Amino acid sequence: MAALLEVENLRTQFQTAAGTVQAVDGISYTVNEGETVAIVGESGCGKSVSALSVMRLVAEPAGRIESGRILYKGRDLLALSEEEMRDIRGREIAMVFQEPMTSLNPVLTIGRQLTEGPEIHLGMTQADARARAVELLGLVGISDPERRLAQYPHHFSGGMRQRLMIAMALACKPSLILADEPTTALDVTIQAQILELMRSLSRRLGVAMVIITHNLGVVARYADRVNVMYAGRIIEKGSAAEIYADPRHPYTLGLLRSVPRLDEPRRARLVPIEGQPPDLARLPPGCSFAPRCVYRTARCEAEAPALAAIGAPGHVAACWEAGRLTPRERAA
Amino acid sequence: MSEVLLQVENLVKHFSVGGGLRGGHAGLVRAVDGVSFTLRRGETLGLVGESGCGKTTTGRCILLLERPTSGRIVFEGSDLAALDAAALRAVRRRIQVIFQDPYSSLNPRMTIGQILAEPLKVHGIVREKRARTDRVRELLSQVGLLPQHAERYPHQLSGGQRQRVGIARALAMEPSLIVCDEPVSALDVSIQAQIINLLEDLQARYGLTYLFIAHDLSVVRHISNRVAVMYLGRIVEMTDRRRLYEEPLHPYTRALLSAVPIPDPELEARREHTVLKGEVPSPLNPPSGCVFHPRCPKAVERCAAAVPPLREIRSDHLAACDLA
Repeated sequence: MAALLEVENLRTQFQTAAGTVQAVDGISYTVNEGETVAIVGESGCGKSVSALSVMRLVAEPAGRIESGRILYKGRDLLALSEEEMRDIRGREIAMVFQEPMTSLNPVLTIGRQLTEGPEIHLGMTQADARARAVELLGLVGISDPERRLAQYPHHFSGGMRQRLMIAMALACKPSLILADEPTTALDVTIQAQILELMRSLSRRLGVAMVIITHNLGVVARYADRVNVMYAGRIIEKGSAAEIYADPRHPYTLGLLRSVPRLDEPRRARLVPIEGQPPDLARLPPGCSFAPRCVYRTARCEAEAPALAAIGAPGHVAACWEAGRLTPRERAA
Repeated sequence: MSEVLLQVENLVKHFSVGGGLRGGHAGLVRAVDGVSFTLRRGETLGLVGESGCGKTTTGRCILLLERPTSGRIVFEGSDLAALDAAALRAVRRRIQVIFQDPYSSLNPRMTIGQILAEPLKVHGIVREKRARTDRVRELLSQVGLLPQHAERYPHQLSGGQRQRVGIARALAMEPSLIVCDEPVSALDVSIQAQIINLLEDLQARYGLTYLFIAHDLSVVRHISNRVAVMYLGRIVEMTDRRRLYEEPLHPYTRALLSAVPIPDPELEARREHTVLKGEVPSPLNPPSGCVFHPRCPKAVERCAAAVPPLREIRSDHLAACDLA
């Protein structure tokens, strides 16, 4: 499989009242054509900023992409002019956000919002773009498309709005969709509908997807490969099967252990990750996870570990003690 | 079995809506449409369902934040509707709440110490200032915070710490019942388990009773002794934790359980998923008969005709489905 997107050593920072925040601190990942890659992490870990950086939508001047390369089909997006970048957005890479109501324009009809992309990016006539819009609504399972095109976002329910967002993302036949918590605001039965829809469309149309989420269940069901982020860095990556069966970073292990699971007998007590999420403006020296880590040693507090191969091919973890996290140790 | 703390009988809460700028005819939202359950002292009843199912409105009626359209709420032996103002004030102390979003429920201009001391003063629980400071310190330690947190403002705390303050504020009133309305759903995964463990510890220590309202079925299974599943204003299934999750009877409960993704890729690949069609209908205009029938994978013709009552299908296992 050919690499579609290669993010190399990306660093994005923000100037805030509390000081400089390194929201994305040197992350690298690859998305191959047609595959689904997950970026998992909790709030403030930098997962959304990493996606916004790929789209070059980081709000300036507070935010700034400092360094790194974002190779899309071999071209470095960071080297493109704003004009060239506009051609990439929507047409090549589209984005689906968590809260569809804030990303849809409340005063434009659905028809207008769906035809704008094809008219601008694909040079379609109004009539062709409208036909495309009807086709798109059908694709995402919205019935009665002709009538729906004349309606406004507030006429749609949360789940329907997310279908609209997916239709808009697909409008110009992109090769890659970045979905930032696409189902977090939705009820569980609607979440299942939207995720099934995204998966079937991605397979049918061959669109690659990056799913950004905090939900480990969603990742398990839909992702081929997983990147786990903590405090601006990717701390573990590998195939989904490998990450879940043989997690080697204490944070990944802690996350997996802390959630109650319906497929397992109920535990008497949950095993939380102790402590608080890190303050990005005041990160400790060494490993950012060390203050909360049960495996920490003196070295962890002094020196930040880099990603290193462990376990199966393609599996890497940034932990000095990764070798200790064998299945036997984890069971203890 | 321990004594009954709370009894909710045929609770109904309708909201009238509509009118708007041009008048138009008003509609009736049947937010809660005949809900009955019993809570025993020291137990946790999980109330699950998707948005708009009426679980929060049910909680708000019990908290006396909404006046029920009809039905009875009996708490510690007295019918809430029959109480006078003084008695109600006492009851309000005994029933506390923990909200979903600890940030919007804490006054940003007050320190944590002030937030916790105020209800102690207003309700005359601790009259002397010095003693109040001590009590605040004690409350902070009960929820795993440090004495110096009393000097901080809500924005200086993390989400998990703010939720601990919310819990301390509820505890300050020495309640017997706490309505927990989505207490962990706004928190990060790694923090959720901390708060759930804290709630369990406090329950064990103070004999608290919880009505645990949530949409996360895994969390509800962990914390509840019994579970009620709501759909469009009604309870569609209610039983003990084990049977609800291992032997669900109502097609909606089954669909909900099947929709929860499990953090195990191999299991997920093997698992069969029932993806429900359509969305929850509007409570303004609920479907005829069983309100779930338009989305039900098992529905037959008669499901559209009559509302199936919540009936005891097995001992202490209730479901509102003719086919169960």
